[in-house]
Formats: sequence, structure tokens, C-alpha cells
Amino acid sequence: MIRVVLPAHLRTLARVDGEIKLDIEGPVTQRSVLDALEARYPMLRGTIRDHVTLKRRAFIRFFACEQDLSNESPDTLLPDTIATGAEPFLIIGAMAGG
Amino acid sequence: MSTVRVLVGTRKGAFVLTSDGKRKQWDVSGPLFTGWEMYHLKGSPADPNRIYASQTSGWFGQIIQRSDDGGKTWHQPGTPPGETMTPEGTPKGESNKFVYEGEVGKHLWYDGTPHPWEFKRVWHLEPSLTDPDTVYAGVEDAALFRSTDGGQTWHELSALRSAKGNLWQPGAGGMCLHTIMQDPNHPERIFIAISAAGVFRTDDRGKTWRPMNRGLKSQYELPDPDAEVGHCVHRIAMHPSRPNVLFMQKHWDVMRSDDAGESWHEVSGNLPTDFGFPIDVHAHEPNTVYVIPIKSDSEHIPPDGKLRVYRSRTGGNEWEPLTKGLPQRDCYVNVLRDAMAVDSLDSCGVYFGTTGGQVYASANGGDSWTAIVHDLPAVLSVEVQTLR
Repeated sequence: MIRVVLPAHLRTLARVDGEIKLDIEGPVTQRSVLDALEARYPMLRGTIRDHVTLKRRAFIRFFACEQDLSNESPDTLLPDTIATGAEPFLIIGAMAGG
Repeated sequence: MSTVRVLVGTRKGAFVLTSDGKRKQWDVSGPLFTGWEMYHLKGSPADPNRIYASQTSGWFGQIIQRSDDGGKTWHQPGTPPGETMTPEGTPKGESNKFVYEGEVGKHLWYDGTPHPWEFKRVWHLEPSLTDPDTVYAGVEDAALFRSTDGGQTWHELSALRSAKGNLWQPGAGGMCLHTIMQDPNHPERIFIAISAAGVFRTDDRGKTWRPMNRGLKSQYELPDPDAEVGHCVHRIAMHPSRPNVLFMQKHWDVMRSDDAGESWHEVSGNLPTDFGFPIDVHAHEPNTVYVIPIKSDSEHIPPDGKLRVYRSRTGGNEWEPLTKGLPQRDCYVNVLRDAMAVDSLDSCGVYFGTTGGQVYASANGGDSWTAIVHDLPAVLSVEVQTLR
């Protein structure tokens, strides 16, 4: 079970409160987490990564275990503590303007 | 009893202002979509309960919202409210997907070098005159999209970018397609306008397009002032009873066409400055036109600190300032291109919103004005629905 924390605006769009819990079969990577997230909440498609290229949007960052994983390959395995649900995978709106 | 519903898009959410036909007492609801830039909201002429909205963010991109109950509740088309599954299965979540058709191509950048098209946001939504499920979207970087399933999926009318799109360039606000006008007498005909490319017209529902910029002069913006494309058109307007007559607020110059855009002539006349953004036409008087002059392209403030709407009852050239109820000192707000609209009650109402967060209304064709609200976020767009 993977725990995902969304920024406030995306929680509103997805109509959820608090953390999201996702079950993922196979390797736990940025790609598999986002695939599972978008499958369950299709209204989030395009808000975190591009519809077509699936590249991370410029002002979105991914944090986990006090590390910035934004620029890691989407197919790199996430830390075990994320894969086991001990720590949440954080999707963050970059601290630029606002 | 008629009612009026004013749809206001701002930098930090949307607001719905409603009143009865007297337009003296207003109910203000909102903000909706708090914190998001709401570029435009517009109701379907064929079903006033159907409203489309463009919700955008530099962080999270483009969201299309739709209401089927006059703005009480909203959802992303194809994704039922509060549900993530439909009887048909998981929604595809494509209502926010705006993908250019075919070769993406390049337009001109600010410095005149080629620059690839990149989708940024929807500036303007124009529902069909006859079908609530058909709606057009004008986007940045400039292109026209159409949905025929109530906003669930979007497809580009890509022939538009073949109309010398390689020579289009962004204005200061971006390369936006901001105006979409359907000709009520010729369902095949659509006019669109782009900053900074100009006016274009299709006579076959978007299969082919022609630039319609003859007569425009852009001496300080283009190396060839009479170029076929590249003009910074800020807004165009028509009266539905006379769709061959168009009015334009260009970057500089207020212009008029009497032949459906084939040619234009200047009607700035006695305006204190002919720079500005919005332009609109009285609901019942096709020759009565409104503009809001702004000092210059480099200053974007009202001349002399006085917020004045100018009205021409002669289809241009002769303009009178409308000041009653508007601030006539120390006022330095701007009025953006999509932020003026008219209602169609017997005594035509005129509305506009400012970057200072005021929405002004006149229930008598502009003779006098009152502020419905004073302190909204900067207003991006104003549309009006007249409900009978």
C-alpha cells in the first residue's frame, strides 16, 4: 500500500481529504504510482504530468523520505519506506510565486 | 420576471452575481475554484443552465469545468461529480486534454525567431448558438479547439494554423486566441481573433481559414504596417442582427468592417486614446458601441486617472464619455479584453470588470454606473446571461 499526499488544489479536484492510499502490483516507481493515481482519479490527468509526453509539469516536485526525487528517472525504484507505506510520497507545487 | 446572471472570472477564482431585471440588488456567490485563474466562463445560448469554465494554473495546467444547473454545481465533463467510476467504467479524463493536431510547427517568438507551439491555457470558451454540447475553445499558444460532446474531448481545427501561422507572434499577454464569434445568419461562418496575428474567418466550419486584416495598420508593431497577418487585435464584436458589421479594438486604433472582415477602416474619431482592450455592442442598437480607452501600451492605465467608458451611437468616429458613477480621480485600474459584456433586457445593461476587482454595471445603456462588487481579485472576464 502506497501513501500519496497531494497539494491542496489537487485534493479539491479529486474530491479527497488527506492522504490517498494506492495498491500497486509490481515495481513501485514514480511512473507506477502516477499511473495508479490517474487511473483512480482521472480528473488529475494532465495536472501532474503532461497528457502526451507524461513528463512532470515544470512546477511540480516529488519529495520522499526528505529527498527531492523530482529529477529522478520515472522508472527508478522508490525507496523501500515508500513501497511499504511507512513514508508518504509527496506531490508538491513548487515554491515559485503564488 | 427576468433575471440577470453575471459570470466573473478572476485571478483567484470565479464569482456569480445575480439580480432581478431591475439590477439594483445583487446576490454575490463565490469564490468558486478558489485560488485558480478563471480565464473565462460562458453559458450556452441554447441551454442557459449549461455553463463552461476555463480553470487554469501555472502549476497544474488546464482544467475544464462544466455546470448543468446554472452554476450551482460543477464537474469535469465526463467525470461525474464525486465519483471516479461511471456505469461505462473508469472515465478517460480527457476533458483537460488539448493536443495540437499533426505537425506542431513554429510561430515567431518575441525576437522574431521561430518558436514551437506550446499549449498553455484556454483563454475563451464559446458555446454553440444552437447545441449545448458543442463548444469552441480559444487557446494559448493560439489555436482553436472544438468539443461536440459537452467538453469531454477536444479536437483542434488545425487548418487555422495553416493561415500563415509561422508568422504569428505573441502579444504582451501571450499568443492567445481570445475572440470567437459565430455568424447567426451563416452557421458555417466563424470569426476568430488572435494577439498578435489578427482576424481570421472560416466559411466552412473550420476546414479552411483566411486572414481578414486588410486595412489594419500597425506602424510601430510590425516591420510592414500593412502585413497580412501579425496585427495585435485585442477584441472584435458584432451585433447578431448585423453580422457583416464588425467592430475591433486593436492594440492601437478602433476599427470597423462593413463587409464581414474583408476590409477595415478606422473609427477612433475623438477618443482621448485609441488604445484599449474590450469593445462591445448594445443589445438593441447595432450602431451603439462601447470601448474603454487606456492611456497606452506601455502604461495600461486610464488617462488622467479617470475611468471612462466611451459610447458611440453612430457606429464609431463620434464618441461620448460615460462617467456618472465611475471614479473620476486617482483611478489606475485596467479593463481586460474579455471583461465587458451586455445583457439583453429592454433597457440594455452594460457590465465590465477591472484589474482592481470592481465589477461595474449600468442598467441604462451606460448613462450611469454602480459597482456591484468592489474588492474581488483582478477580473479577467465578465459574461452576462439574461434569463427570462
